[in-house]
Amino acid sequence: MEDLKLHGFWYSPFTMRVVWTLKLKGLAYENIEEDRYNKSPQLLEYNPVHKKTPVLVHSGKPICESMIIVQYIDELWPQNPLVPHDPYDRAQARFWVAYSEQLVPALPALIRSTTPEEKEKAVEMIWGNFKVLEDHCLADKRKFFGGDKINMVDLAIGSLLTVFVTAEDIKQVKILVAEKFPLIHLWFDNFKNAPVIKENFPDREKMVATLKPIMERMLASS
Amino acid sequence: MGSEDVKVLCFWASPFSIRVEWALKLKGVDYEYIEQDVFNKSTLLLELNPIHKKVPVLVHASKPILESFVILEYIDETWKQHPLLPQDPYQRAHDRFWANFAENKLLYASFIAMVATGDDTEKALNVARDSVEKIEQEIKGKKFFGGDNIGYLDIALGWISYWIPVYEEVGSMQILDPLRFPAINAWMTNFLNHPVIKDRLPPRDDMVAYFHTRKKIVSPTYHDLMKYL
Repeated sequence: MEDLKLHGFWYSPFTMRVVWTLKLKGLAYENIEEDRYNKSPQLLEYNPVHKKTPVLVHSGKPICESMIIVQYIDELWPQNPLVPHDPYDRAQARFWVAYSEQLVPALPALIRSTTPEEKEKAVEMIWGNFKVLEDHCLADKRKFFGGDKINMVDLAIGSLLTVFVTAEDIKQVKILVAEKFPLIHLWFDNFKNAPVIKENFPDREKMVATLKPIMERMLASS
Repeated sequence: MGSEDVKVLCFWASPFSIRVEWALKLKGVDYEYIEQDVFNKSTLLLELNPIHKKVPVLVHASKPILESFVILEYIDETWKQHPLLPQDPYQRAHDRFWANFAENKLLYASFIAMVATGDDTEKALNVARDSVEKIEQEIKGKKFFGGDNIGYLDIALGWISYWIPVYEEVGSMQILDPLRFPAINAWMTNFLNHPVIKDRLPPRDDMVAYFHTRKKIVSPTYHDLMKYL
């Protein structure tokens, strides 16, 4: 029985990545739901540099940064591998994980957008990145970024898309437009319905109900 | 492995492409150095890195690998001599964390401090110095981040030892105060004196001239960079 604890926010894409990884590998862990407005002393001790979630604590040792945690888990528990074996394929996967970082600033941009112009600008930012994914990454019509099976790129991007789709409801904007991005749309459908992901996919209404007040509070304080 | 097998697209003043060279040299891997004019990008660069259009690009047996940290791990996995990343997964996670930290916090902050003016310079300097303070704790008591030998984190952070002093000169500012940060200063000396590293540094005068020009060009629009702090 591994001594694994996860400090996170269930609705955060970064925490989702780690939850999905643990579930995909069949690993038991203690889930510690943090309060973003009142972070636990343990969290602040485990991540003194950034004071952020997620943090995985393995036998008392903290690992921070979602994709670093995903790779850590994959290195220790190789079942259902999430990182390709071949160094070149691995480099490709790491490239796309690094690329997914470009989608992250769109979240605060969306949160802060109130006028139609601001919303459009935030969505255009995302669409620029979607075009790259559509044209360069999914062009060969693979089922998942990992091919037939999910890999860490699917988790990195899938988690962010989950929040974008929630933002569509909250901000009344269309982001994942099937006509514009048919491959991404299809990929996301496959991803949401994949074994393990399906059973651990956040409920859309619950996401909206949770993220709406958080986003409003962020907007008010910006 | 012949040098025709490995090519690296670099820019002489880039802290990113030099990492790739350091890693290859430490492992004794021959490579063809291909200088890129990043202000007038070649067809080759645009072909190999159409998404970001940036250096470095490692080309191994005709296959391109992009992003300097991704390239470092690829090099370490392909050529096993002089291992760069630690074996232990927890230590690997540690190194990756600090490489990202320095990249996201210190790299932008130190460059912004060099090109900004007034209060914004102070703001950037504070972020930079806070970051150095945290890195100081990690290097205390060690010759290199990798222990007795240069490792992944030394290469990932190596730019600090040579680029920041240039930024300090060009920006007439101080980030790496030797009194406040003795451990990191000692590490810088160790790193720059390593035979492989010493042999592969761009000329200091050229660097200073280059970054003076960069400062003149970037300063008018430095506000665009403040969001990276």
